[in-house]
Amino acid sequence: MIFKMAWKNLLHNRLSSFLCWILLSTGVAIVSLLLLLQQQIEKQFSTSVQNIDMVLGAKGSPLQLILSAVYHIDAPTGNIDFKEAQKWMRHPFVQKAIPLAYGDSYEEYSIVGTSSAYIEHYNGQLSKGKLNNNNFEVVLGSKVAAALKLDTGKIFFSTHGKSKHGKSHKEKGYRVTGILQPSGTVLDHLIISNIESVWNMHESTDDHREEKENSQQETTKEVVEIHHEITAVLLKFGSPIAKVQLPRVINEQTNMMAAMPAIEMNRLFSLFGVGFTTLQNIGWGIMILSGISVFVSLYNSLKERKYEMALMRTMGASKMKLLFLVLVEGLVLCLAGLLTGLLLSRMTLFFFAGGFEKDYNLVFKDWMLPLREEYYLAGFAVILGIAAAFVPAVKAWFINISKTLSNK
Amino acid sequence: MIESKNLAFSYPGLPFHFPDISCKKGEVLLVTGSSGKGKTTLLHLLGGLQQPTSGTITINGSNITALSTMKLDQFRGAQIGIIFQQPHFVASLNILQNLELASSLANKKIDTDKAKQLLSQLAIGDQAFKKTSKLSQGQLQRASIARALMNQPSLLLADEPTSSLDDANCEAVASLLAEQAAKNNAALIIVTHDQRLKQLFHQSIELT
Repeated sequence: MIFKMAWKNLLHNRLSSFLCWILLSTGVAIVSLLLLLQQQIEKQFSTSVQNIDMVLGAKGSPLQLILSAVYHIDAPTGNIDFKEAQKWMRHPFVQKAIPLAYGDSYEEYSIVGTSSAYIEHYNGQLSKGKLNNNNFEVVLGSKVAAALKLDTGKIFFSTHGKSKHGKSHKEKGYRVTGILQPSGTVLDHLIISNIESVWNMHESTDDHREEKENSQQETTKEVVEIHHEITAVLLKFGSPIAKVQLPRVINEQTNMMAAMPAIEMNRLFSLFGVGFTTLQNIGWGIMILSGISVFVSLYNSLKERKYEMALMRTMGASKMKLLFLVLVEGLVLCLAGLLTGLLLSRMTLFFFAGGFEKDYNLVFKDWMLPLREEYYLAGFAVILGIAAAFVPAVKAWFINISKTLSNK
Repeated sequence: MIESKNLAFSYPGLPFHFPDISCKKGEVLLVTGSSGKGKTTLLHLLGGLQQPTSGTITINGSNITALSTMKLDQFRGAQIGIIFQQPHFVASLNILQNLELASSLANKKIDTDKAKQLLSQLAIGDQAFKKTSKLSQGQLQRASIARALMNQPSLLLADEPTSSLDDANCEAVASLLAEQAAKNNAALIIVTHDQRLKQLFHQSIELT
């Protein structure tokens, strides 16, 4: 009956209950959405960066190099000479080096020319077909295959750059030989070929402009020998000294750039971390505001209901029961706000998940599960409810029955 | 039955001494007196809503002035039904739920049938599901009588139950009260300055 009454009382004060509920839902939703986003983004970014200690690429912005070479969400910084890069790839401190040549795309999905080590690095497993053993053969990431509805055996023509309307390489088509299982990594969003295909593709089109079609193949071979260019190299060190030495030496003594994913990502996180923290504080602020509105609402309704409370005492209600009633009202409001807030944040994330995946190659995983921070959030909401209802509840406890009843 | 001895109460600078009161089961006692003579104070003392400065009140053998606040709350819920001058209800509940609340607060089983039965006995059975704000003053007064009777109290206290009613309703409510008290075998004490009631009830004490 106490719970029923608490509920009825909240419905009776519809408007102010609604205000409290909306405020708290909004506050909780903002905080929880930001927590979820931050957790998902950091998790995603750090799984992709696993085991990559350094990225070698053309001089430019180190962050751009990381974003383009590791996550494929930015334009490349430029090209580097393959021979030059190979010196560092064979450096005794380096345990693993994966060359990447990218810049072309198909339907806005990046085509990455690389060695077989790339797929191995992300533990990519074939779900269909076979690996790309020859030139102009590609393996598709699971999302690419699903989005473009490409199957093995199909042939497509790539586009220069990442735009849909870029110049397309009509001379040679890529043939799909295999499709990868979903790995939850950047692989899912890529089209993977061998490096030679990318070289071939570009050198042949350059030739196309300058030379006659007949002599094309012959000249291609020569050019390949002369200047191979790649876009970046992912490196894993075998020795901890490398972390200190290599980047400095490369940045100072070569015309290439070495960027450390860990450092750059930390920089990025701390950049948008400021925004996250500010927004989160606004969320907490709204929650506290809602606590105040719960307090005001209960306090005001108590003034009106003082007589009711005294009346209930005459009918046998104990002081404890009245105290409990007011506390329950505060708690019910806050729990309702908490629940809808958590629901709201997940619904929002659900609606945005598609966009994030498309634009930033971010796949949200396990976002339905409550985060550890969200338990704190729930605890905070409960404490807020109790705190807001505390003063009104104590006032209900101390109501003087006789005085209240004879005053009206 | 109820008995009071040497009851006294004082507001700051305003002491009251009340005559001894006794009312047996099934009897009606009228307590009259003009305004400011402490009628409502006496009713609050008898109902255990206020502690007397001295004196004792015995209801069904228990001295309620010696009970703790919590025991007194329980006792009141189970043994005493109070009808106030202004019929007040819990605004968020409908009439029937208000009656059920009386049982619930007294830790008794909620008996919806009984509540409905009481309401129809008092000719407001059709108002059961309305919010209290939708009822007229006379209907509310009946509903508050029904509520006071919900837990079959052994003592019914009524504070000016008829002062806001017209002659016809006054008589109706007064006889309803007496009738229901007799039916429940409860002692009924009516505190009033309403002269009309004196013609209806014969046992009376005047506060001077």
